[in-house]
Amino acid sequence: MAVLQFREALKHAIDEEMARDERVFVMGEEVAEYNGAYKVTEGLLDKYGYRRVIDTPISELGFAGLGVGAAMNGLRPIVEFMTFNFAVLAADQIINHATKVKYMTGGQADCPIVFRGPNASAGQLGATHSVAYDSMYAHFPGLKVIYVSEPNDAKGLLKSAIRDHNPVIFMESEQMYGLKGEVSDEEDFIIPIGKGKIKREGSDVTLVAHGKMYHIAVLAAKELAKDGIECEIIDPRTVKPLDLELILQSVKKTNRCIVIDEAHPFAGFAAEIGFLIQREAFDYLDAPVLRVCLPDVNAPFSKPLFDSWLPSPKQIIDAVKQVSY
Amino acid sequence: MAKKATSDIRFAPTGIESPEKGGVQKGVDLPAATRKKHKSLGLTAQQLKDMYHQMYLQRRFEERAMQQYQKGKFGGFLHLYIGQEAISTGTVFAFNNDDDIITAYRDHGWGLCRGISANEGMAELFGKATGCSGGKGGSMHFANVKEHFWGGYGIVGGHIPIASGLAFANKYNANGRVSACFFGDGAVDQGALHETMNLAQLWKLPTIFVVENNGYSMGTAAKRHTVAEIVDRAKGYGMKSAVINGMDVFSVYEKMKEIADDVREHSEPWFVEIRTYRYRGHSMSDPQKYRTKEELEEYQNIDPIERLKSYLITEKVCNEAEISSIEEGIEEEVLAAVTFADESPFPEESELYTDMFVEDNPYFHV
Repeated sequence: MAVLQFREALKHAIDEEMARDERVFVMGEEVAEYNGAYKVTEGLLDKYGYRRVIDTPISELGFAGLGVGAAMNGLRPIVEFMTFNFAVLAADQIINHATKVKYMTGGQADCPIVFRGPNASAGQLGATHSVAYDSMYAHFPGLKVIYVSEPNDAKGLLKSAIRDHNPVIFMESEQMYGLKGEVSDEEDFIIPIGKGKIKREGSDVTLVAHGKMYHIAVLAAKELAKDGIECEIIDPRTVKPLDLELILQSVKKTNRCIVIDEAHPFAGFAAEIGFLIQREAFDYLDAPVLRVCLPDVNAPFSKPLFDSWLPSPKQIIDAVKQVSY
Repeated sequence: MAKKATSDIRFAPTGIESPEKGGVQKGVDLPAATRKKHKSLGLTAQQLKDMYHQMYLQRRFEERAMQQYQKGKFGGFLHLYIGQEAISTGTVFAFNNDDDIITAYRDHGWGLCRGISANEGMAELFGKATGCSGGKGGSMHFANVKEHFWGGYGIVGGHIPIASGLAFANKYNANGRVSACFFGDGAVDQGALHETMNLAQLWKLPTIFVVENNGYSMGTAAKRHTVAEIVDRAKGYGMKSAVINGMDVFSVYEKMKEIADDVREHSEPWFVEIRTYRYRGHSMSDPQKYRTKEELEEYQNIDPIERLKSYLITEKVCNEAEISSIEEGIEEEVLAAVTFADESPFPEESELYTDMFVEDNPYFHV
């Protein structure tokens, strides 16, 4: 095991896949000469040259669509968005084209492409830079959606995403790029898409948390342990395909579940998990499934307002106590 | 600025009111056609006959499709290409067989030109399993990828960045292929075009942007939906450009060949406006009050298929009997296609779940 920063784990994944497959290339804003807005692609231009590491203009719709066409025509693009908040401008290409071209041509064209970049909020960036889009993309048939929380998952799953033959959304966080963690140094380390992980074992309550929220759940679980409440934390890692079985096994053991999600409440990830648990494990529940997510308002700038907007360990602790009667 | 009554305020230029207030605006003016004859264009007599065959096939295929639609044989949209056949035909004859073509939803002619049989095309319209896209695409999503026809696309302007992606991959692999993206004058107003033109010029992509300016963005005349001359958009990007008479297959062939050669040699994009006219409505439910009958007749009088036919006869490439024989053959082919489509099975219900993902047993959320 090597200790790597999140960004290094991502870079290693991209580097290994570029070395393995000539068809893989990276494009996005500032990915080449600037070495990456968040240094994920640092050094790749020097190693692979201008043909395979390409700076784009600020034209999300244009370069996302260009990636779709390149994928259809035999390449394996990794399209970096500086944040998924900007990818909204490319939504037509992701939602209407990447996901549909195979189906509507009766299987004649494939679209093996990875759209990656940071998702959700990253401190006081204001309303337009703070939205979590994983649930939204998971809504659409044809997309696989990954939102990872730790460097090891980042490496193993990004490699899988690049090798996948379908369009994949791969999400990170600006606030996690510097996070260090042990990363497998197994040769060609791969984590299959669609497999979650029990990251903390416990018998009293299940916490389902992915992406940045996983770390909030860890803080809450530590506090709760002081009171003798042992949380089991499930990180689904992949939003879609969802590892529902792993969540259900845990809920059947703990009989309680809190879903922590950095998205707004309506029709989000937390809503979906709650629905699935009531359908599949109704008789096992000792309390309603609760969720800790964003309020139904935009991200504020002001620090105290922002702090009360973002899900906190305290909200999770309160929710756990509410179901632990 | 003097205050005006709010009732006098206008935004979109008018065109559907009385002539005093702007009247019906003509959609498009045609540039001169080429004066060259087929031999100096390098076309053989057989190629000319093949061109006529192709254009007449596109015309009769769509006329029969329209009848079948009106009989209720299939639903959805049906955007007819009738009047614009010289563009698909001239281009495909000018291009190499492995040059990549992608278009919008007015795509039947392009499909027929690039290897989709009348049977496969008609069956796709009927939503049958034997259709070119297995019945999953319909009228707007014909495709024949193995012959480098990447399909018709239903979102106006959505396929424009994709075309440049095809070109990007061609340049990446240095395979010498040219890609061309066809779209209507309505798509000129989409931001996707501008982002892609900038990228294509900046990255020197071997691609051709082609506006099939048929004068109308659905029911809105070109002069009512876009400023200045469309071709002049190229200037803002320092892109090579041309205007072509799309009612004459020789003009399309001549210029598209020159352009494709230039793109292949220099790997630089072109922006081309081909002026044409669609005889039918935007789709099937279009009362066409936005244009005059006289305007339509003016173009029908210079019909590209009639024009080629009279050339063939005048230049003694074919006699009337040979023309009739081509036409009769197509008539039979298209009628047989209607029968084929009618008698073909619909896709199995299990097909609902195929072609979503590449793997054999993909995950579907339930």
